[in-house]
Amino acid sequence: MNLMANLMPAAAEIFLLGMLCVILIVDLLLSERNKIYTYLLVQATLLGCSLITVGTHVDGVVYAFHNMYVDDLMSDVLKLLTYLAVAMMMVYSRQYLLLRGLFTGEFMVLALFALLGMNVMISANNFVTLYLGLELLSLALYAMVALQRDSAVATEAAMKYFILGALASGLLLYGMSMLYGATGSLDLNAISDAIKHGVPNKSLLVFGLVFIVSGLAFKLGVVPFHMWIPDVYHGAPTAMTMLIGSAPKLAAFAFTARILVEGLQPLVHDWSGMLIIMAVASMAVGNLSAIAQTNLKRMFAYSTISHMGFLLLGFIGGGIEGYGSAMFYAVVYVLMTLGAFGMIMLLSRAGFEADTLNDFKGLNQRSPWLAFMMLLLMFSMAGVPPTVGFYAKFSVLNTIVQTGHTWLAVTAVMFSLIGAFYYLRIVKLMYFDAPQSHEPIHVGMDSAFLISFNGLGVLILGMMPGMLMSICAVSVQQSLLLH
Amino acid sequence: MIFGLPVISVAIWLPIIFGVLVLATGNDKNAPLARILALVGSVLGFLVTLPLYTGFDVGTSAMQFEEMHSWINRFNIHYHLGVDGISMLFILLNSFFTPLVVLAGWKVIEKRVAQYMAAFLIMSGIINGVFAALDSILFYVFWEAMLIPMFIIIGVWGGPNRVYAAMKFFLYTLLGSLLMLVSLIYLYRLSGGSFSILDFQQLRHIPMQAQILMFVAFFFAFAVKVPMFPVHTWLPDAHVEAPTGGSVVLAAIMLKVGAYGFLRFSLPITPDASHKLAGVMIALSLIAIIYIGLVALMQSDMKKLVAYSSISHMGFVTLGFFMFNSYGMEGALMQMLSHGFVAGALFLCIGVLYDRVHSREISAYGGVANKMPVFAAFFMLFAMANSGLPGTSAFVGEFMVIMGAIKVNFWYGFAAASTMIFGAAYTLWMYKRVIFGAVANHHVAELTDINGREKLIFIILTIFVLGMGVYPLPFGEILHVSVNDLLLHMTQSKL
Repeated sequence: MNLMANLMPAAAEIFLLGMLCVILIVDLLLSERNKIYTYLLVQATLLGCSLITVGTHVDGVVYAFHNMYVDDLMSDVLKLLTYLAVAMMMVYSRQYLLLRGLFTGEFMVLALFALLGMNVMISANNFVTLYLGLELLSLALYAMVALQRDSAVATEAAMKYFILGALASGLLLYGMSMLYGATGSLDLNAISDAIKHGVPNKSLLVFGLVFIVSGLAFKLGVVPFHMWIPDVYHGAPTAMTMLIGSAPKLAAFAFTARILVEGLQPLVHDWSGMLIIMAVASMAVGNLSAIAQTNLKRMFAYSTISHMGFLLLGFIGGGIEGYGSAMFYAVVYVLMTLGAFGMIMLLSRAGFEADTLNDFKGLNQRSPWLAFMMLLLMFSMAGVPPTVGFYAKFSVLNTIVQTGHTWLAVTAVMFSLIGAFYYLRIVKLMYFDAPQSHEPIHVGMDSAFLISFNGLGVLILGMMPGMLMSICAVSVQQSLLLH
Repeated sequence: MIFGLPVISVAIWLPIIFGVLVLATGNDKNAPLARILALVGSVLGFLVTLPLYTGFDVGTSAMQFEEMHSWINRFNIHYHLGVDGISMLFILLNSFFTPLVVLAGWKVIEKRVAQYMAAFLIMSGIINGVFAALDSILFYVFWEAMLIPMFIIIGVWGGPNRVYAAMKFFLYTLLGSLLMLVSLIYLYRLSGGSFSILDFQQLRHIPMQAQILMFVAFFFAFAVKVPMFPVHTWLPDAHVEAPTGGSVVLAAIMLKVGAYGFLRFSLPITPDASHKLAGVMIALSLIAIIYIGLVALMQSDMKKLVAYSSISHMGFVTLGFFMFNSYGMEGALMQMLSHGFVAGALFLCIGVLYDRVHSREISAYGGVANKMPVFAAFFMLFAMANSGLPGTSAFVGEFMVIMGAIKVNFWYGFAAASTMIFGAAYTLWMYKRVIFGAVANHHVAELTDINGREKLIFIILTIFVLGMGVYPLPFGEILHVSVNDLLLHMTQSKL
């Protein structure tokens, strides 16, 4: 009974791990031509995980494994979204990977390991579990970036990612050990209580906090810990970039929320100052550098940096509205990123990457529907209504104005204006310019359907954003702020 | 109610739905179908707005035809629509112009017809939304959404420098809009959790500093659209590069949206800042009237000339607003309506010439009257109207604004009245160079007079230009109560 009570909150992860082992073995028995069965098995696993996550949901916050693990509404919502993101990534990249000989069992197994890592991060309630999840995710991603062995750029990207990632993990671990020294616990709730009751050595605490925030900043990819993002996004095969750029951001949100909001809430004045500086710097560096890029993947890398800066503003706002808006922003961001990278993969052919600005020239003449979907995604990224990107920006701005940071809001919108330029430039290329190649675009049924779902989703969610906003706010309320 | 549906929602969504249908006709093989569908949609779109006029109660300043549904509960945002005397006529004006724009692009637009027509229909619905929205976030959504089709219209079907113009148009407007968004959120905080424009107007206490900052933010949003003097530079570029239909919608409707914003937001929400900064606004308006009038005189490109003339005329509008009396304000509103007809007509006239000769340079023409007598007559009428001839619609508004200005300060009125001279000078000089004289070159010699479709457009516009000039009462009647209510509202300090 006791064992079951412990296992239930982690049922989806346990199932995922079990299926991973099955897929590893099944894949060995399949020939090159039959990898599609592995793929289907992966999709079925994701579906199974979703069902289990929904099925084992209970109201309130449930702890398991001596408070190491937590199952609450926020974790369930985020996990469902990570399954969706990984499933979408798989559909988008199938054709792309097939053409490049990367549609292998390793790719799929690594993606699922990354997913497992994310889910552990999302549900972690202890520094050890957090770290475990993070490393599981990171190691899988390092390997995935390096999967295209004959590509020098990809190998270089993997190397950079690995070294900088290891450094950041080290910082994080160092910070955690300091907090352990100051509070005598690794459990987030216990740390929070200890700080509230006063710790003898405040400076040790603040030092630990600085290291932890640095580690988080690296994983989120905000300035000044952003250097790895452009190189990795650019160098990795687009399918891997899509995985790195999408679902892990949800995990990173949960990770940040758990550590800063649940564990270190008493130190809010210490960390929100740091976040303000990082947020503004990220929006500045991200938006300004993105203008200069001619490679789309690199441009989206810088745009990610600016989006993560914007997301941090939600943490500065604080409260249900603030953390809820940050979560909403993360979810919306993931949806838009999937679409944008999906489009790059749809336009790519064998031996040809459609990842420069010129490849989007005249897309409206080659395929009006794809161009329209990309237009929706770009306007959404720029935060122009009636797309959902506007409401993401709106809800974050709302919280920071409500908490009296009006000038921060003005700064944020000014950088958004700069950001609008490079998104508009893509629309300009697609609609105003003549195409450079008249190569017909072959899009599989599955990806064509998905990109439509993705693009129209951005529009429809923009017409009715209330529901998703409420889900985010309620899950934050029921999960982070109950104690 | 139309067939059980609320009038305003139909006025917004019917053109948008038709726009999507037109878009669905796909590539240029189906162009005739797209054109017909667009015409049907735009005419229907105009017809459904008529109940707003026939059912309008001129005796009240309250919002009419109101619709209210909750939309985003978390932030107390509503789908709240309604019109008063100030906004109702603009919805009609906008819906009225859409069929004309569709007709104007009937033959000329040959590539991507469906997208062109759809963009105009969708934009027409969105602009109706801007005028009818009573929730500030709904307003903002329509306000921004309007940019997307216009961006595409200028960029795809525009002239040689279209990309630059489209980018400039979009980024300029976005700058203002984003600052406005911050103001709206700030007002949400002040009002204790409401985004309703009506609630914002009823706020009793707003500190002076906050009012001034908000006024400046609103100023950026609306002044860019009007456009007022220092932020007007996008307009000539956008006009010159836009296709005829785009220019018509820009001049006739989109500039009015900015001026409308002043009446809905700046003046009633921040009255003390408006009074305090009135001097600056008046100065900017007078600069626009005089300096831009002089700039217009020097243009060699017809479209640019009319674009500058628009800025100069819109200077009249902002001048009228900041006189804070009923002559000024009603005059300004009349001027907005009249300018819609006149500038729209002038751009259509230039479009007629451009379609035939493919040049907008004044020097490329001369002696057009010899080849196109009917056209020359219509053009004459609209040119006269642009210079504010009594008997045309433009005279009513300009006269009232000048009266309102003289009531405040004689020299304001004097300076404003000088536009009557400049306006006549640049419009008639252009007219003379284009229409009169000997046939200038073989292009002009090959001109054919306007056809039935073009005649129809001009006849309809003539009826309005003359009708409003001779008998402006029906328009004034609708404006009167709402304007007085606004002025009364503005006398109450919020400090």
